Amino acid sequence: MELLGYYNYWVFAVVLCLGLYTVITRNNLIKKLLGLSIFQSAVFLLYITMDKVDGGTAPIIQKGVSDPIFSNPLPQVLILTAIVVGVSTTALGLAIVVRIKESYGSIEEDDILARDSEL
Amino acid sequence: MTILFAVFLLSLLVIIAVAIIRAENLFVALMLTTIFSLLMATNFFILDAADVALTEAAIGAGITTVIFLGALALTSEHEKPFVAVPWLALPVVAVTAALLIFASFDNPRLGDPEAPIHQHVVPWYLEQTPKLVDIPNVVTAILGSFRAFDTLGEVFVIFAACIGVLFLLSARKPSETRCTAPASVGLSQHLIPKVAGRFILPFIILFGFYVQFHGDFGPGGGFQAGAIVATGLILFALLEGEERALRAFPRWIMMAMAAGGALLYALVGVAGIAMGGKFLDYSVLSSDPIAGQHLGILLIEAGVGITVCGSLLLIFHAFAARESF
Amino acid sequence: MNQVLDVLSWVLLSCGGFFILVGGIGALRMPSFYTRMHAASVTDTMASFLVIGGLILQAGWSLATVKLVAIILFLMLTSPTSSYAVANAALLSGMKPDTKFKANKGGRES
Repeated sequence: MELLGYYNYWVFAVVLCLGLYTVITRNNLIKKLLGLSIFQSAVFLLYITMDKVDGGTAPIIQKGVSDPIFSNPLPQVLILTAIVVGVSTTALGLAIVVRIKESYGSIEEDDILARDSEL
Repeated sequence: MTILFAVFLLSLLVIIAVAIIRAENLFVALMLTTIFSLLMATNFFILDAADVALTEAAIGAGITTVIFLGALALTSEHEKPFVAVPWLALPVVAVTAALLIFASFDNPRLGDPEAPIHQHVVPWYLEQTPKLVDIPNVVTAILGSFRAFDTLGEVFVIFAACIGVLFLLSARKPSETRCTAPASVGLSQHLIPKVAGRFILPFIILFGFYVQFHGDFGPGGGFQAGAIVATGLILFALLEGEERALRAFPRWIMMAMAAGGALLYALVGVAGIAMGGKFLDYSVLSSDPIAGQHLGILLIEAGVGITVCGSLLLIFHAFAARESF
Repeated sequence: MNQVLDVLSWVLLSCGGFFILVGGIGALRMPSFYTRMHAASVTDTMASFLVIGGLILQAGWSLATVKLVAIILFLMLTSPTSSYAVANAALLSGMKPDTKFKANKGGRES
């Protein structure tokens, strides 16, 4: 039971590395971006894992509840904004991928490198 | 009981992540990513982060999927088959994972109330929020008031990313004359999605406004509300086709929203200076400091919502309009 | 009275769980795309209504009940629409429904 308290961290580590693996090994640029968003989600999971307090509730103050325990609101604030920023940056990446496709006719990294070395 | 549920959901998360990597069709990988996001939102909810769960469900599962679909339509759906065996990458990644798992034993256990993160500044936030800001949702209080300068930065990052997407996707090759695209009619040929979509649309927008203005009292706020309203308007564009959507909600309004929301946020900060306080200090906005805080948070949340909604719509339409030339 | 409601809600919840299981098995084991979809649609109609019905009984007369009813209404609208969209997309991409009845058992999709 004690070990289950670390399960979130293990999932974080495994998912993070799966994302990293995708980014390193796949040639397809969109697949790379998907891997990057998995990587990002793993980091979100790490932060949100840290905010949990035993017996706590979401940090919304209710009147009439004496001596409440709240989970930590600070990581939530950081991640809330990070998710929205994440989608904007992903969109920027996708826009670049679309332009690469239009110029090179491919979104596979090795094709693009081959086209580059031809020039 | 909850921990068993959490372990189940987290294990599913790993399985889905593996499935995403193995999927060769990018469309399938994208759908799996959506499931991944929804599972992640459920996990956030179990970990007491209701605000974050709402954001992840609206943005990770909703908007991200639509933007990826837009990009997939412009590129290709199939990944080239994967041949090379990653002799170098596999050990590197495995060692990284092993190190991270090894290091996890030095972390505080899940839910430990004695963890360092719960000792530093957070007790002060929890204690002072009822006195200084007096709104129930501490997340909104920190986001909008205590750390408003951070949030201002985030809003400008979104705005900048939106401008970047517009720069990249609005340019055309000079040689190509714009060919008249077949008029996109969206799903208007399909009766069932049309009827259901039209029926749901007002409720989505209404829910967006609820999330916007209820953000002080419950989970919600400008980021989530902007994304939900944007989802509703994207649904409209999908149902009625690009052209009609742009006629109903022209591009200049979206641009004005994206810029205006960020401007409103910054102006609230400047107003604080003008009225004798510090930048983004709302207490001086009204004679009663707490009323000033309420007014300030309302205004900046509105600014955030407007910018997020406008930027996401602009990004969507940038991808959608690219198809036609 | 409370006891009765509790038992009833657990019956509904268990039935919902059972239908989710059936839908999941069906989605894995059915032979062709359309039959698989048919099986999976059990989860988002019958099963989810049963589960939410059980939750309504647990919640009693409160704001949560109103929200749960709203969720049911939303599901009633969206899940047929999404089933339609998926089936329509499959048909458009050239997947023909298998009209011939196959007598041989255990044959997977050809």
